[in-house]
Amino acid sequence: MSFLRKLLAYAYEVSFLRKLLGGIVLKHAVVRAGATVTRFAQEKQPLIKMQHWAWILVRATLVTGLCFVILYPLFFKISISFKARADMLDPTVLWIPKHFTLENFRFAAETLNYADTFVNSLFISLLTTVLQVISCALAAFGFARLKFRGSGILFALAVFTIVVPSQTLMIPTYLNYRFFDIAGIIGLFTGTNGINLLDSYWPFILQAATGMGIKSGLFIFIFRQFFRGIPKELEEAAYIDGCSVFQTFYRIMLPNAVPAIITVFLFSFVWMWNDNYFVSLLLTRIKVLSTMLPTMWTATQFEDGLYAYMIKNTGELLFIAPIIILYMFVQRYFVESIERTGLVG
Amino acid sequence: MMKGVTLLQKKSLLGVLFVSPWFLGFIFLFAIPLYQSLVYSFNNLVVAIGGFDTEFAGLKFYEEIFYKHPTFNRLLMESIVDLVINIPSIVIFSLFAATLLNQKFRGRVLARAIFFLPVLLATNLLTIEQSSDLATVAQTVTGGVDGEGLKSSELEALMLQSGFGSGITSYITGSVNRIYEIISHSGVQILIFLAGLQSVSPSLYEAAKIEGATSYESFWKITFPMVSPLILTNIIYTVIDSYNYNKLSVLINDTAFKALDFSLSAAMSWVYFGVTSIILLILVRAVSSKVFYYD
Repeated sequence: MSFLRKLLAYAYEVSFLRKLLGGIVLKHAVVRAGATVTRFAQEKQPLIKMQHWAWILVRATLVTGLCFVILYPLFFKISISFKARADMLDPTVLWIPKHFTLENFRFAAETLNYADTFVNSLFISLLTTVLQVISCALAAFGFARLKFRGSGILFALAVFTIVVPSQTLMIPTYLNYRFFDIAGIIGLFTGTNGINLLDSYWPFILQAATGMGIKSGLFIFIFRQFFRGIPKELEEAAYIDGCSVFQTFYRIMLPNAVPAIITVFLFSFVWMWNDNYFVSLLLTRIKVLSTMLPTMWTATQFEDGLYAYMIKNTGELLFIAPIIILYMFVQRYFVESIERTGLVG
Repeated sequence: MMKGVTLLQKKSLLGVLFVSPWFLGFIFLFAIPLYQSLVYSFNNLVVAIGGFDTEFAGLKFYEEIFYKHPTFNRLLMESIVDLVINIPSIVIFSLFAATLLNQKFRGRVLARAIFFLPVLLATNLLTIEQSSDLATVAQTVTGGVDGEGLKSSELEALMLQSGFGSGITSYITGSVNRIYEIISHSGVQILIFLAGLQSVSPSLYEAAKIEGATSYESFWKITFPMVSPLILTNIIYTVIDSYNYNKLSVLINDTAFKALDFSLSAAMSWVYFGVTSIILLILVRAVSSKVFYYD
């Protein structure tokens, strides 16, 4: 893998060459001192053109090189997942398998219990994402447009919530859901120490609906910045036409905030899907993909290390496939909408 | 329906209403647990079947962490060093990548789509770095399909010969060797920088060009100051992001749910939180004085 090495050496060479050529061109012009050459240099600007082309070349090399670095592990996994075991040992097989097989996928899906865990993962991720988008948009609209005393401090606190590591809140969170109670009210009725919400979807619903999910502070920040960027006149016009604040929010602000919604939706979904911390903290009986994945290959490990490695890669591919498919659909809006996400001022 | 209330008052009342779901969550799922976690770290927490009990233990757990625990100090030190090493690499790389992606060239949409892919795949669940024992097994069996990884020994020789210090050389070559790790941790940062670059008014560049500035000059005189507030944002984000792939987080988890030592784990998490906040404060102080604000 000397690709990067070559790339860097090449970039160095090109910039060196650029200077050299620039020097030659200049010297040429000085030695001749002819007006024609100077005019030629002024009109055609060979130096600047050269620079321009050199930069295009360097940029193309850098972009393709970095894209390659990003995509390489993905291609590697895809290649492995279709190989039969014999292909792994065959030195003549590099990328494209000789014995094309879907056996790895079948086995990985089986050990992951893919049908069930996929549905669970999807359900949790979608549920929390939708709730999180709603709660964060509501709070952000409040912070951006409906100022009240102390809203500035509350917004600062909202952003502060992401600075605190989730590990610091881990134990109280666990105990609170284990013995869930609101100010002792439930305890009065049932006569116990609250109810056990572990192994249910309630903790996720509660966290997301109250804007305390994974990195909610960041989402509130994104939405607030975006809402602040929408012209006030638009909102005022709506008020004059007789809209209430709620109507203005979902008729005017939300349709205009589609780029922000897409960004938050994608991030929220992906981070929930990839999350291993909350699901392993709060769920033990309900299995999701991110809790199954780290251990799925261990059963085969002792018999056959290589096969376990193949299964592991295939499982990881199965794990990221839904995200990549989602990204393919959303990517167009996502990549093009960054300009207008208002992530910045 | 609301008589005697001005529009402004009505709006601020509704503001409270809009924010209230978040505020409830903040109180019950953040502020109170945060306080409880601090309390637990000073108390001996015993969990039984029907509930849990605390008994005051003072600084016992903090002493245990620093004087008795076999790995905590080392892991803490390691994570601090990792953070300090990673922050400059990630911030510089993401600014560079954002500048690159902000230019107009053919295939830009595709390149952008690929550059944001690591945002989606950045999870400690995937062993992309090929560092596990299993990967070594596979490599020895297969004769190293994925080779030696990305190496930069020639760059190192080149830099040393051209008179760079050995410290900076090993830092840069180290970063190049960890290029995948850096890319995979800088997705959101690239996004933030890109949004910032796009909000810089083109008229500034035009004016500079008319005055005869080269693109190199206009990068340092316009682009860099304009996005400098985002450098601060990105440093903070990098620190926050590091919680997710830190070895210390694993230790804190294991202490609670494998060793069932809840109080010790709470104390550890507070030490960790304290140290990262100090680092954050220092960084914010150091950087914010240098940052340029346009308005």
